[in-house]
Amino acid sequence: MKLKYFSAPYLVWMIVFILVPLLMIAYFAFTTDGGDFTIRNVSDVGQYANIFVRSIWLSLIATAICLVIAYPVAFILSRMDKHKQGTMLMIVMLPMWMNFLLRTYAWMTLLGNNGIINNMLGAVGLGPVRMINTSGAVVLGMVYNYLPFMILPLYSVMVKIDKSLLEAASDLGCSSASTLFRVVVPLTMPGITSGITMVFVPAISTFIISRMLGGGSNLLIGDLIEMQFLGNAYNPHLGAAISLVLMVIILVIMTVMNQFDPDDQVLI
Amino acid sequence: MKRKFALLAAVLMSLSMTIGCSRSSKNSEKDDDSAQTLTIEDKRYYKRFRNDGISINVYNWGEYISDGADEGTLDVNAEFEKLTGIKVNYTNYATNEELYAKLKGGGASYDVVIPSDYMISKMIKEKLIQPLNMENIPNYKYIMDNYRDLAYDPENAYSVPYTWGTVGIIYNAEEIDTPKEEIDWDILWNEKYKDQILMFDNPRDAFAIAEIMLGYSLNTEDPAELKAAADKLKEQKSIVQAYVMDEVFDKMAAGEALLAPYYAGDALTILEDNEDLDFAVPKSGTNLFVDAMCIPASAKQKEAAEMYINFMCEPDIAYANIDYICYSTPHSAAFEMLDEDVRSNSVSYPDSEFIAEKTDVFVNLSDDANETMSQLWTEMKSETANKWFVPIFLVSCITIIAFVLIRRHNKRKKDIF
Repeated sequence: MKLKYFSAPYLVWMIVFILVPLLMIAYFAFTTDGGDFTIRNVSDVGQYANIFVRSIWLSLIATAICLVIAYPVAFILSRMDKHKQGTMLMIVMLPMWMNFLLRTYAWMTLLGNNGIINNMLGAVGLGPVRMINTSGAVVLGMVYNYLPFMILPLYSVMVKIDKSLLEAASDLGCSSASTLFRVVVPLTMPGITSGITMVFVPAISTFIISRMLGGGSNLLIGDLIEMQFLGNAYNPHLGAAISLVLMVIILVIMTVMNQFDPDDQVLI
Repeated sequence: MKRKFALLAAVLMSLSMTIGCSRSSKNSEKDDDSAQTLTIEDKRYYKRFRNDGISINVYNWGEYISDGADEGTLDVNAEFEKLTGIKVNYTNYATNEELYAKLKGGGASYDVVIPSDYMISKMIKEKLIQPLNMENIPNYKYIMDNYRDLAYDPENAYSVPYTWGTVGIIYNAEEIDTPKEEIDWDILWNEKYKDQILMFDNPRDAFAIAEIMLGYSLNTEDPAELKAAADKLKEQKSIVQAYVMDEVFDKMAAGEALLAPYYAGDALTILEDNEDLDFAVPKSGTNLFVDAMCIPASAKQKEAAEMYINFMCEPDIAYANIDYICYSTPHSAAFEMLDEDVRSNSVSYPDSEFIAEKTDVFVNLSDDANETMSQLWTEMKSETANKWFVPIFLVSCITIIAFVLIRRHNKRKKDIF
């Protein structure tokens, strides 16, 4: 019973820094400057449907790419020698020691029309490729920045898979493909869902990546929210309403995701 | 008007980008002299609070005062303290909006602030700053006529101009054959330079360019005119490479683009990094921006603050500051003290007739106009959503949901057995 008290600091933290701000966002979203109730802010969000769809689309692509890249990496990592694993994990984490903005800034120089990649392509006689200021560059930025968030949860689940399970599968005549799909994937489902959450949620609400790599000509939701607070038209009410809608969308997507979270997967 | 994108600025600083212009050795020798022979006309005026032990809070842009950090330059605040015995608590902000939020919030008390034009008119309207007693600021006489009584403060009752600048076009003179005098805003709409154009990522500045081209006022609030300006920007969008603010420094210096509209003071810095570049102030007119010293309504030491403003307008002090900041000065005596090649530099000092007739300052727009503008801007920027986005998105949603339902169904079947 006493253990309960240890959660008090977090409880206070949660109330002050999570619950209260959430309520304030809801309050702002449904009020005017004068404090009167209105649903205009929320209904105004409708005009930005384009931007929402675009953000969701780009972050879904980025999440999918992350999953495809991270899955084999995490699996190989988890099957390595114990002491090697530590080193390799550190290498995965290494980019995260650098400031997020700085890393994205570096991509600007890499992808530029006169950037390093295009210069190298030019040296072997390939014409300059337009890379920066495209949606592709935004997706690349998301994948690059959030990939470790996909690798780590997958790795931590995979490292717990006993080697004997895989051996048993092949003993019983499983091909390696069916071992993967009938043993490894179901067992790593919790890692997959939490990895997707950890990549998708920051990706959908990012604003700096699209500004730096996307050339600012294609807004994402994050940019839109930022504009409401730091732009010329200071409109926290609309900003709060957009945030609220974004939260609802994320909530819906996460609920769908949780359908995959298998409480009973062990039975298979 | 250093609109610093705060986060990025921090990064830029850490990349040790040189913001501000480098001084010639000749200049710093001159500073050396002036540092020793600081001449103040009316010393008695400054002695009034000598023994009162008071202090004032000055809130200014970063890197926006001569602080004696470089050898031979004047530490303006230290000189003021020495002369008057008033202690100066000097702090920085990065954007006008930050300053506004601080004053509006009322938590902190400042005695001197230096906002930009449109912010001054907004603060006057909201009574956040108070009228100055010009009798306490005799050095106001040095302010040139072109920079007095501007639209943001029509009777110049609230502010004393500190620096100014114009918006013009940075262009690559190697690649663009149009002679400098003929460069006008329409070059930013020229199909020939497709994907070589950078544009302001800030609705007010971007709209201003379209408004000049259409012959409207920079401060128009007419929804139809704003709509027309937005259409003009929409027309341009397909040939714009990127919408940027501070990224312009790197992109232009690295030759990523051929054309970019930007602020004159910052353009000088960029021009130093790439000698192919040049800066033209379009002849059809442009935006004049002014940063001016004001006293917040909540100031505790109004007279001392006026003394500080007057001190900033002492010729030697104004010269030391402008020499450090490299923006343009509205101060006649400081202007006379500048080197001939700085004075004749058309980037910093376009001729005064042009300033008087062809430039306009921003004033604060009404909330409605601001909202309309930002809506049009968002619409313009998000317009080219691929028509496949919505259907593909819907189809994938439906697929996912179907998949989930089928799985559940199967699971339930299994459970039965």
